[in-house]
Amino acid sequence: MSVSEKSVLNQKAESSAWKPKIIGFCCNWCSYAGADLAGISRFKQPPYLRIIRVPCSGRVNPVYVLRAFQKGADGVLVAGCHPGDCHYATGNYFTRRRFLIFKRLLEYVGFEPGRFQARWISGAEGQKFADNTKKVVDDIKTLGPNKRMRLDSIPQIKY
Amino acid sequence: MKRVGVFVCWCGSNIGGVVDVPKVAEVARSFPNVVFTQEYKYTCSEPGQEMMIQAIKEHRLERVVVASCSPRMHELTFRKTIARAGLNPYLLEMANLREHCSWIHPDNPEEATEKAINLVRKAVAKVSKVVPLQAGSIPITKRALVVGGGIAGIFAALDIADHGHEVVLLEKEATIGGKMALLDKTFPTLDCSACICTPKMVDAAQHPNITIMSYSELESVSGYIGNFDVTVRKKARYVDLNKCTGCGICETKCPTKVISEFEQGMGTRPCIYKPFPQAVPNKPVIDPVNCKKLRDGKCGVCARVCPTGAVNYEDKDELVTGKFGAIVMATGFELFDYSVYEEYGGGRLPDVITSMQFERLVNASGPTGGKIKRPSDKKIPETIVFVKCIGSREEVKGKKYCSRACCMYTAKHATQACEKLPGADVYVFYMDVRTPGKMYDEFYTRTTREYGAKYIRGRVSKIWQDGDKLIVRGEDTLVGSAVEIEADLVVLATAMVPVKEAAELAQKVGFSYDRDGFFTEAHPKLQPVDTNTAGIFLAGCCQGPKDIPDTVAQACAAASKVTALFSRDQLATNPMISEVNEDVCVGCLLCSKVCPYKAIGGKEIKEQVHGQEITRVVANVNSGLCQGCGACVPECRSGALNLKGFTNDQLMAEVDAACL
Repeated sequence: MSVSEKSVLNQKAESSAWKPKIIGFCCNWCSYAGADLAGISRFKQPPYLRIIRVPCSGRVNPVYVLRAFQKGADGVLVAGCHPGDCHYATGNYFTRRRFLIFKRLLEYVGFEPGRFQARWISGAEGQKFADNTKKVVDDIKTLGPNKRMRLDSIPQIKY
Repeated sequence: MKRVGVFVCWCGSNIGGVVDVPKVAEVARSFPNVVFTQEYKYTCSEPGQEMMIQAIKEHRLERVVVASCSPRMHELTFRKTIARAGLNPYLLEMANLREHCSWIHPDNPEEATEKAINLVRKAVAKVSKVVPLQAGSIPITKRALVVGGGIAGIFAALDIADHGHEVVLLEKEATIGGKMALLDKTFPTLDCSACICTPKMVDAAQHPNITIMSYSELESVSGYIGNFDVTVRKKARYVDLNKCTGCGICETKCPTKVISEFEQGMGTRPCIYKPFPQAVPNKPVIDPVNCKKLRDGKCGVCARVCPTGAVNYEDKDELVTGKFGAIVMATGFELFDYSVYEEYGGGRLPDVITSMQFERLVNASGPTGGKIKRPSDKKIPETIVFVKCIGSREEVKGKKYCSRACCMYTAKHATQACEKLPGADVYVFYMDVRTPGKMYDEFYTRTTREYGAKYIRGRVSKIWQDGDKLIVRGEDTLVGSAVEIEADLVVLATAMVPVKEAAELAQKVGFSYDRDGFFTEAHPKLQPVDTNTAGIFLAGCCQGPKDIPDTVAQACAAASKVTALFSRDQLATNPMISEVNEDVCVGCLLCSKVCPYKAIGGKEIKEQVHGQEITRVVANVNSGLCQGCGACVPECRSGALNLKGFTNDQLMAEVDAACL
């Protein structure tokens, strides 16, 4: 069996067992509360979203998103309050601007931009949070595992 | 290495019924830094907390992870618990195994357990990086500023002053009293407005803790809760308040008469005037626009007749600064300008008046001495038509909202018209009658049944002059036919809108307002008098249209918020705010541009470089203003900024752990 054949088989084996790994950055006041409400309302969701709490979506540095992709995340979600409803008045406007540009950067460097998603979900929108989680998981499942950006898939240069 | 303890909670069967809690605890034991794990049925219960305290002491734990419910639920609880064990309360991290795991994955226990393990790993990674934080404290200046001297401002000022705190009551007009001082009677009891309002004005004036600054406007506000620096512009009054005795000779001798704003354009006043006889302070001002002496330099009668020499034509605006701990905004409302409605005469028909003008017509101290006479020919009207919702609930030219008080004051006006003009025909055009208040609907019922006001459900399409009559054409939607009424007087219940300068004021003081210009409360139900800026409270119609009882209730609520704030000497601040690494900061101050609270400014520091002292600018975070959103941190090019409690390395550690 050649090396390439082996890797193809490995990939197949991997993909059947593969479960998406999605990192969510949720602002404390809206989206994290929305996720809590989804829980309180017992809205079932696929178990692949891991939420990191931040005070405001404006706190999320695009570097963290890149880091997540490098470390093997298949998708990243940044969720904040609806524009105009930010707990800190204007934080999510900066999120919106930063990540609009960031998404173009991903596109530019040839990385599937669909792996990164930004959403506005309020603390009252438990159903929307749950629906959105399902949608993000479906999207990432369609895209398959992240192979381009993960550090362990990039040949390591040894000096 | 920090000694981390992990406490996994069953939450009865809420978590334990889905997630394999013993397994989570077992796996967590293998995570870096973790020296102790424990599982318990209810970690938040008293025995659960006691066990945690015991474990912290026994195992010399330095950081704690509680894997239970949402931190929004119990973070404060467990912070207090670990503080009781002698740890800094901020050395805690929670893994949300309930809302974010067991409750949403009930039919997938295996993957839920896997996710729970990951969530705990993430929390352990973060908690290993956290550092102790100390809540700071800022002193509170126990002095309140109330902006607006209407009934809301007066009540707020009186309540705060009664608690023993100093209050400055700021009013842009020459007298306090606001709109309520204009009114004749108040619904639903029909007691005289002046009889209940003017004593309160006097109370405010005589209160030892209240300083009234009338004829003054807010110039600028800076600072933050407990420490606002306010500049007020005292407009030139041209009358020395200390010398003036308020005798009123000047008013009688002034040769120039102009239209009185107080009488809503239906009477005249001299150019040196008190807005009304019961004004507080009861001393005149000179109207600089119309005064001949100030305009052309000719006249000077008032200065000549003044027995105390109080008139000073050289008076100038004066800027006064002060420090305040809290601000109550009570800037009230104005009436919607109905001249946009050409179909109602666009403001040109003399006998089409607003409700506020009608208020002056029925007022015993008004221009007609309380006799209802129409403005054009002073004839006593035989038919009066009231039209409600002028500008309210009308999206094309008016406002979407309901002005709330109009249904009741129109019922009051109809009652007064029926009472004062027996035999007159009184019609009211309405869309809906909204009378939700104590004794309100009873009042409305009395208006129609006892007084005989005729209510017609429908809108008025046109009003025009025909000889000395006004023809009001509308629709009676209950009958389904057009109606035309020959009226002598038409009264329009115009909408309440915020004062013209409301948006500008909100920007100046620094809080939000809605699309109509009303000031926005922090929460529509649970924080009705707070704004989203700490230390600034709302009272009365500046927050939205309301009637007098609601205004007074809100004013007292705002006052109680202020006194609650003033009950402390120091205010604990959130320690999770931005900090600057001055060594790295290049002083570009991009961060100051994104800060929604203007909390970041530049500051000069001196340092030794190669034996020489140099001065450079670095960013400086004001701990009183910073609310800890962290928007500035990604903005910092040099990585000098960090948000305490959510630092770059903490979040990065979380990302790394979550991706494992």
